[in-house]
Amino acid sequence: MPTSPSEQPVPPVPPEYDLAIVGAGPAGLAAAVTAADLGMSVVVLDAAAAPGGQYYRHPAPGLGAARPEALHHGWAVFADLVRRLDRHIGTGRVRHLVNHHVWTVERGGSTAWTAHAVTGPDGPGQGRAAVTSRALLLATGSYERQLPFPGWTLPGVVGAGGAQAMLKSGLVLPGRRIVVAGSGPLLLAVAGSLAAAGATVPAVVEAAGYAGYAKNPRTLAANPGKLLEGAVHGAALLRHGLRPRTRSAVTEAHGTDRVEAVTVSRLDRDWRPVPGTGRRIACDALAVGHGLVPQLELATGLGCATHRTPDGTYALVLDDRQRTSVPGVWAAGEAGGVGGAQLALTEGELAALTIAAVSRSAGRPDARRAVALRRTRSRLRAFAAVMAAAHRPGPGWPGWLSDDTDVCRCEEVSAGEVRAAVADLGAHDARTVKLFTRAGMGWCQGRMCGPAVDCLAGAGTDPGADSSADACTDAGAGPDRRPLSCPVPLAALSEPAALPGRAGLPAITEEP
Amino acid sequence: MARNPVELAGATPGPSFEITMDGRAVPVLPGQSIAAALWSAGILAWRTTRVNGRPRGAFCGIGSCFDCLATVNGAPNQRACLVPARPGDLVTTQEGHGRADLAV
Ligand code: FES
Repeated sequence: MPTSPSEQPVPPVPPEYDLAIVGAGPAGLAAAVTAADLGMSVVVLDAAAAPGGQYYRHPAPGLGAARPEALHHGWAVFADLVRRLDRHIGTGRVRHLVNHHVWTVERGGSTAWTAHAVTGPDGPGQGRAAVTSRALLLATGSYERQLPFPGWTLPGVVGAGGAQAMLKSGLVLPGRRIVVAGSGPLLLAVAGSLAAAGATVPAVVEAAGYAGYAKNPRTLAANPGKLLEGAVHGAALLRHGLRPRTRSAVTEAHGTDRVEAVTVSRLDRDWRPVPGTGRRIACDALAVGHGLVPQLELATGLGCATHRTPDGTYALVLDDRQRTSVPGVWAAGEAGGVGGAQLALTEGELAALTIAAVSRSAGRPDARRAVALRRTRSRLRAFAAVMAAAHRPGPGWPGWLSDDTDVCRCEEVSAGEVRAAVADLGAHDARTVKLFTRAGMGWCQGRMCGPAVDCLAGAGTDPGADSSADACTDAGAGPDRRPLSCPVPLAALSEPAALPGRAGLPAITEEP
Repeated sequence: MARNPVELAGATPGPSFEITMDGRAVPVLPGQSIAAALWSAGILAWRTTRVNGRPRGAFCGIGSCFDCLATVNGAPNQRACLVPARPGDLVTTQEGHGRADLAV
């Protein structure tokens, strides 16, 4: 029985848009223009001030960059997508809501979704918005996976992707002499662009070997484009005199108030440092990262099923039409497993075609195009799986940690505390470790320490597990669940959300 | 070969302006975030941690790690990597949870 006006039943209102897309990276953009081409009304919600996502992040207009393509691969593809997007924005068929951080999506009846967003950067002046749609496409991308080591919290130690993002958007470097380390193909791209932008890169350090790729000659042969891309990065590095050191890792960063040097050690097959192999390299910054983690909060909040990918991260279960396990919800790009921009573009377009096929307001999608996209998708997915397996962290990496290394950056929880929770208190999964130690309970909600804590917790499940290849990757019971996908100020929650409405219509400001 | 990122991107930014970091003037190119401006000035740390008082600055660069929290114009806990710098912004090193003013 209603006890306050806010609990009065609200008469059903038809959704404002045929399709809401969360994320304006390669997947979201490809989907938006494809759906709009077919006559659907589309809203794109994105946290950034300009389209592109992390991959196509580019300098703010005020920086007057005449050659943004110098920071990118595939700039022409992006420029074309933006031209098409702008045309649809002009006709009112696409609405692009910038600076909108979507923090939750809620089901509105059987056929509609409401995406709730916080607007603007942190600080005073943040607002709130909500849009409703018939179909929902999650193109939420990924963030970087970090594995801790002594000294990784020193200023000057930055994410490899983070250094890349700051370079692309703000035209800045974290230092002059930057070591690049971690694992995965992103490192080569990062090292290449830092060097091109004037940094000295004394070493590129890759924990895996490249031999893993060669085990899958068929998949490689089916992906000449991907090989070419690797060769281009490789050639760019050679131009700067850089040759990656494989099977090696930064096992310590040195300095008191900022990084001054790193120790690079050889690794055995399991990523355990080989004693006596440490070499010190002077530097004033370290760009480090161990692959990417799909960003799934919105999807898992809606109950979408996940699976574990060959590199140990969780991704959404998707069918060959980009459908999640929840009817009415699609996903494309890294959320379905990290696979790069070309795959994201393919999946975004494919998702839009299949959404259009079931939409009342869309024209008939080209069936032959969908078949071709599905073929490209499975080829690129196969390559992504080879890549993921090749760079999957070895079970010996906790050998980099000393007991006083902070694992959780936010709550300053050390490896020793986590190990004690596992060994003495019997915590066998990340959730229990979190309750005992507060690891993962800080501002970032475990985004930085989650993979590491998972692994340390898993190592405790059986005494010999340290040497088992699955000690790290079988520990977690599922992907991290976070009730909110980004911070929401209480003040913003207490204000009514603005329902922006379609372009040209006045904003509706009401929400129960 | 480019000597710096601005040269690489062929950038001709609009006139720069200033913000201050703990009283020190820091030049900003229009469009840069607060974190980007601080990096350009060689400043890598602008907060100290709650438990051990250790220095921290930007880490992930995309808004997910919260290491770059700064106090901007008196308002604490703003992700400097996401907040665009505006002329005259007063950035101050943020200590701990940034709410010392609320302590009783
Ligand atoms: S650097 Fe990670 S949130 Fe700003």
